[in-house]
Amino acid sequence: MRIGDFKESYATDEAVFTTSTSRFWLGVLFLILALFPFMVGDYLLYMANITGIAIVAALGLNILTGAAGQISLGHAAFVGIGAYTSAILSNRFGMPFLICLPLAGLASAFFGVLVGAPSMRMKGLYLCITTLAAQVIFEFFFVHWESLTGGIRGLNIAPAKIFGLNIGTEFGFYWVTLTVVIIAATVSRNIFRTRVGRAFIAIRDRDISAELMGINLFRYKLYAFAVSSFLAGIAGCLWVNHLKSITPEHFPLHESIRFLAMIIVGGLGNILGAIYGAIFMTLIPEILQAILKFFEEIFPQAMSFLFPLQTVVFGFLIVVFLVFEPHGLAEMWVRVKSYFRLWPFKH
Amino acid sequence: MAILEVNNVHLSFGGLQVLHDVSFSVNSGEIYAIIGPNGAGKTSILNCLGGFYHQQKGQIDFNGIDISHLTPDRRASLGLARTFQNIALFRGMTVLDNIKLGSHAHLKTGLLDAALYWGRAHREEMELREEIEKDIIDFLEIEHIRKQPVSTLAYGLQKRVELARALAMQPKILLMDEPVAGMNAEETEDMVRFILDIQEERDLTIIIIEHDMRMIMDISDRIMVLNFGQKIAEGNPQEVQQHPEVLKAYLGTDKRGQS
Amino acid sequence: MDFFLLLLTSGIAVGGIYALIALGFVLIYKATSIINFATGEFMMIGAYIFYSCSVLLGLPAIPSFIVVMAGAGLLGLLVEKTILRHMLGQPTISIVMVTIGLSSIMMGLAEMIWSSDYKSFPALFPRAPIIVGDLIIRSNLFWGFVVAMGTVGIFALIFKYAKVGVAMRATAGDQLAAFSMGINVRSMFTLAWIFGSIAASIGGLIIGNIGGVQPNLGSIGLKIFPVVILGGLDSIGGAVLGGFIVGIIENLAGGYLDPLVGGGVKNVAPFVILVLILMVRPYGLFGRKEIERL
Repeated sequence: MRIGDFKESYATDEAVFTTSTSRFWLGVLFLILALFPFMVGDYLLYMANITGIAIVAALGLNILTGAAGQISLGHAAFVGIGAYTSAILSNRFGMPFLICLPLAGLASAFFGVLVGAPSMRMKGLYLCITTLAAQVIFEFFFVHWESLTGGIRGLNIAPAKIFGLNIGTEFGFYWVTLTVVIIAATVSRNIFRTRVGRAFIAIRDRDISAELMGINLFRYKLYAFAVSSFLAGIAGCLWVNHLKSITPEHFPLHESIRFLAMIIVGGLGNILGAIYGAIFMTLIPEILQAILKFFEEIFPQAMSFLFPLQTVVFGFLIVVFLVFEPHGLAEMWVRVKSYFRLWPFKH
Repeated sequence: MAILEVNNVHLSFGGLQVLHDVSFSVNSGEIYAIIGPNGAGKTSILNCLGGFYHQQKGQIDFNGIDISHLTPDRRASLGLARTFQNIALFRGMTVLDNIKLGSHAHLKTGLLDAALYWGRAHREEMELREEIEKDIIDFLEIEHIRKQPVSTLAYGLQKRVELARALAMQPKILLMDEPVAGMNAEETEDMVRFILDIQEERDLTIIIIEHDMRMIMDISDRIMVLNFGQKIAEGNPQEVQQHPEVLKAYLGTDKRGQS
Repeated sequence: MDFFLLLLTSGIAVGGIYALIALGFVLIYKATSIINFATGEFMMIGAYIFYSCSVLLGLPAIPSFIVVMAGAGLLGLLVEKTILRHMLGQPTISIVMVTIGLSSIMMGLAEMIWSSDYKSFPALFPRAPIIVGDLIIRSNLFWGFVVAMGTVGIFALIFKYAKVGVAMRATAGDQLAAFSMGINVRSMFTLAWIFGSIAASIGGLIIGNIGGVQPNLGSIGLKIFPVVILGGLDSIGGAVLGGFIVGIIENLAGGYLDPLVGGGVKNVAPFVILVLILMVRPYGLFGRKEIERL
């Protein structure tokens, strides 16, 4: 049980993990994350890797859509740009993974700024539809610029190495994913400790008064697009190095919607929410699969319902969270925690 | 000495004339009030000053510089701050963050600094926090709510946080749109006390719109009266109170007048 | 030249169908300010209902059609009452996502019920192609165009003259004023969803009749966005015009450019046009900039 919580300087008050309890649990979390790959097999490591990649992408979208309020239906395309950039750089120019990673981010950020440029003049729905157009147009290029992207057959790349170490295995890649996730989450958090993050939220809440408070709307919207697509590009680079192949089918509109669903289910504008949402939305299809497998004994055709069931549950989660829990899993978690904080002395 | 000069401003939306040839000048350090019946164009003047509306004709000089064509954010960083009639706080942020946001234009942290939160960005945030605590939070007596989300606050407190945010902008001119509207007597008294203290201690010029006549007459150095987008009188409180045009506009001897 | 005329006529025919679908979308947007990303799925459900009635139950076309209208109306009513009612006044992102969620639910359920196989309708119209001079138009496309235009016309008449149409227009213009005139604004919202759903389902019937039904029939609904942005989100006349523009452009672009780049131009061209138009006119060709207030 945690009682008084006194602070002696503004610096300690501004720290992210303010109490010894929360620092303790953070330590436990890191310990578990460090031991995890030694305790589980390839399947769970694979799940951990794709979850981690989803977290990085969701953190990016959370900055743009969750915090700065600019709806993007094209996030998957930016992940795709990062993935293709990385694959092309390593295939054609033999660039090592550690160089491809930031370059993939920068390439996506460049296109993100390009797509975000119209935000100077339009907002809300019109901007949302512009990002939808970007998604459709980028997808077209992924498919039809065959000399560069390999068309519908896509590209294959060799397993990546860091300083000669093979990270092509699930185990090896786990450490890469984990590191990137930690950095991405820290960067996200840092941004919201400064005027940049505050400006994002101000633009979302009331853009007109934000401008009257001295915020250059256009610059900060572009910042949001840049950071968001930078993280998407990083996620794309991880993606292609994890799967070792890409096709345009990996980055359809539906994938963009899935990223949006993650930040909504997790809690819009909330960094922890983006993480919870990415984990939750990645695990749900697997859980459904496990459930149907279980029923297969009684009902042999169960597995044929897997895909439509996943589709229904996906939509259902979005609707239910929006209607009943608009602040998402992050808010639910806070409630659970505050319930147990004083437990068992509830009253 | 005039810190703000407004010359022959015309503003219209489509066929609707909102401001007609309005001119006035505000002296450094005074409390200048703009009054008038509903729809007289008071808030529109503030919107023109802040850059949210653009007048079709006329010029606005601030400290001798023509600001007519600057964007709102440029004007804000030059030292024009604003509070709003309908509270315009950022609902997704705490009181503290709302106030910090006011300092935006005076900070230097860029995107990369922010991502790293190392050295300069960290130092700047810490200095900002200390400054805000000392100069604003203590001053406006809002220590107890600094960590609360603004949406949970009572109306009177929200208005006070708005003032805090405007002060964090370190303005030279503070534009206040109905700062005590909808407040009870006690809250009004507090707000008046803060306004007077601000003027006295911070070398600030205040332009205020208000319907509370008793308060306006008490605190203003000079008053301008608007009716149907036109300036009908200007002067100190006594002069304005006895001005025949003002009596007509307010007491409704004109058949279109409002009470 | 013949090729051009061929592309143009099929563009007009397809454009008429887009116009009808966009009409359903604009009806809902005008009344409730909700962007219905599930319009395509409303079409798909309409097509499946028709399929079930005419093929599975063996009903003739007209009764099947009536069942579709009733079913679509009911679906619109249900969706509005259970979900969208809660979303009024919510931020754009929530409204966009709730209809996207809805579309996912409808798509999944359709696949569970009707499987993912292609289903085709019985022949509704004479199969003989329509021949005008040198031009040959596929019969399903021609009759689809006729039905679409007829439906648009009927809706236009309702809005212009019927009492409920006038009430809906009033609500769309100014909710508060409509409310104070004694119009039940809530029921106007419901009605907008019913009408929107019916318009979409008729569009679905036409598309299903041309190319069969599959759970992803609704993906054609994405085309609505170029259409309504071109026409302006709040203008019914604009939506109809936008439908024709998009139909014609995509057919011409597809016809001439597809051989050069290897296909897919039809789907991307409307979006390219959309981006170009928004760059010049950020509120669409016929949309009005809303005056913002502090």
